[in-house]
Amino acid sequence: MTRVIVSIVLAIQDFYLLTGRAVRNVFRQPHYSDDIILQMDSIGVGSLLIVVLTGFFSGAVMTLQLARALARWGQQGQVGTAVSLTLVRELGPALTALMVAGRNSSGMASEIGSMKVTEQIDAMRALGTDPIQKLVTPRLIATCVVLPLLTVIADFVGMFGGYIVAVLLVDLNGRRYWSTAWQALEWNDLTQGLLKPFVFAFVVALVGCYYGLRASGGTQGVGRATTQAVVTASVLIFVLTFFLTRIFTSQLVSS
Amino acid sequence: MMPSNGAKPVLRFEHVHVSFEGVPALEDLSFEVGEGEARIILGAAASGKTILLKTALGLVRPDSGSVYVFGEDITRLTEHQLFDIRSKIGMLFQEGALFDSLTIEENVAYPLVNQKAIRCPVEQVEGRVKEALHFVELDQTLARFPSELSGGMRRRAAIARAVVSEPPLLLYDSPTAGLDPITAHTIIALIIKERDVSRTTTLIVTHRYQDGNLVANFRYNPDNGQLVPARENGHRPQERTKFMVLRDGKLLFEGTQAELEASRDPYISKFRRRTGG
Repeated sequence: MTRVIVSIVLAIQDFYLLTGRAVRNVFRQPHYSDDIILQMDSIGVGSLLIVVLTGFFSGAVMTLQLARALARWGQQGQVGTAVSLTLVRELGPALTALMVAGRNSSGMASEIGSMKVTEQIDAMRALGTDPIQKLVTPRLIATCVVLPLLTVIADFVGMFGGYIVAVLLVDLNGRRYWSTAWQALEWNDLTQGLLKPFVFAFVVALVGCYYGLRASGGTQGVGRATTQAVVTASVLIFVLTFFLTRIFTSQLVSS
Repeated sequence: MMPSNGAKPVLRFEHVHVSFEGVPALEDLSFEVGEGEARIILGAAASGKTILLKTALGLVRPDSGSVYVFGEDITRLTEHQLFDIRSKIGMLFQEGALFDSLTIEENVAYPLVNQKAIRCPVEQVEGRVKEALHFVELDQTLARFPSELSGGMRRRAAIARAVVSEPPLLLYDSPTAGLDPITAHTIIALIIKERDVSRTTTLIVTHRYQDGNLVANFRYNPDNGQLVPARENGHRPQERTKFMVLRDGKLLFEGTQAELEASRDPYISKFRRRTGG
């Protein structure tokens, strides 16, 4: 039991050290801009299709459910409000981060993990390169830039999916859907809708890199690192969603 | 502690302990290697051979003890301060550890481009890379990726990467592991060639006694590019080659080949018989 607690505490300590070094390297030479652009392409453009699909269908399914629920109180016209608030505040950031975690945290863990078990990370250090500067910091910067952008796209596509369902299946007025969706949004919603993906970007990039750098024991170890990265990143995203929402809602209440 | 042959010590371990999660990997290890010396480190699997090389390079930090490289205690240096020392050391990792997303040319150029202390002018990089690849007889592989090469070729490319910056100290981690006898001989011949042409201090970790035997008793003949017995033409056998045997992280033996062969220690003689070819 004590050993388990010690290993958890050590793992958290290692994770914080990695975070500190990765962030410090953002302000330190050399900058590997080619790697940053490469990662932005891999994470951003590479994840675009799955993010669009997830966004579209989550907006669509929400409209179906909410239209039925709101009809009970004769408030079917407010579907746009409910869809846009839920998407911008919660589902857009969380679902996009989950998709990117599934695709990229695992990718980072397996790529860096393979380098670790074949001693390429050691070779890098032996040949004058800081692996955190070369591998972790570019992935962190790229994810921090790209994840909020992907979230904005997912939010919009989700509302569009809701609109299609509202007009074609639920028989609502399209113009009313858009106007209620637009009017419902306040600055606070946009702030938390953009701040959340920024925080999740740290989770997606650093958890993936952390498990990759810890990989040991050949290909089996790489597989284990990949699974652990996706599971940990996904769970952390859910936990952080709760706490971030709590912070924003308490701010609203106090103001 | 003075080196046995009176040469300036390039590498010195003083009571080095290394452990991982409480399991000792190196225990109270002390030795030193003089300039121009070749040191063969023998040991079975998990005897701490690789950890020894990684500790010498500063990749692994000892729990206690000191490691002096070119007279400087590297255990006190930060990762960034270590980069200067590491630029004076070439390392061949087990299996080569070539970067598989880079071509052979980019791999060999990596130390020249990334090691600040080397300060290689950009216009000289290509020439030096070609020279290093010519040294290991891999002239036609510049644009290929490591995955496209055979195991032996990858090992040779990795040697080119280790020697391209002409470091005065070279560490070879199991250079012949997993290779067929002919390729293994080629690799050892390259190591001897590098030692004799560049006069580098060399540490070779291996589990094959015959690798050490070749290094100790043969020299590179620049006239015909072949290995010749060191006794020929009045040359004496390599006196600058010393052997070490590690067992479970402890130094079991240190001395010359003659002393190693005369040893009656059951582990050493069993090891010698089993791996001697």
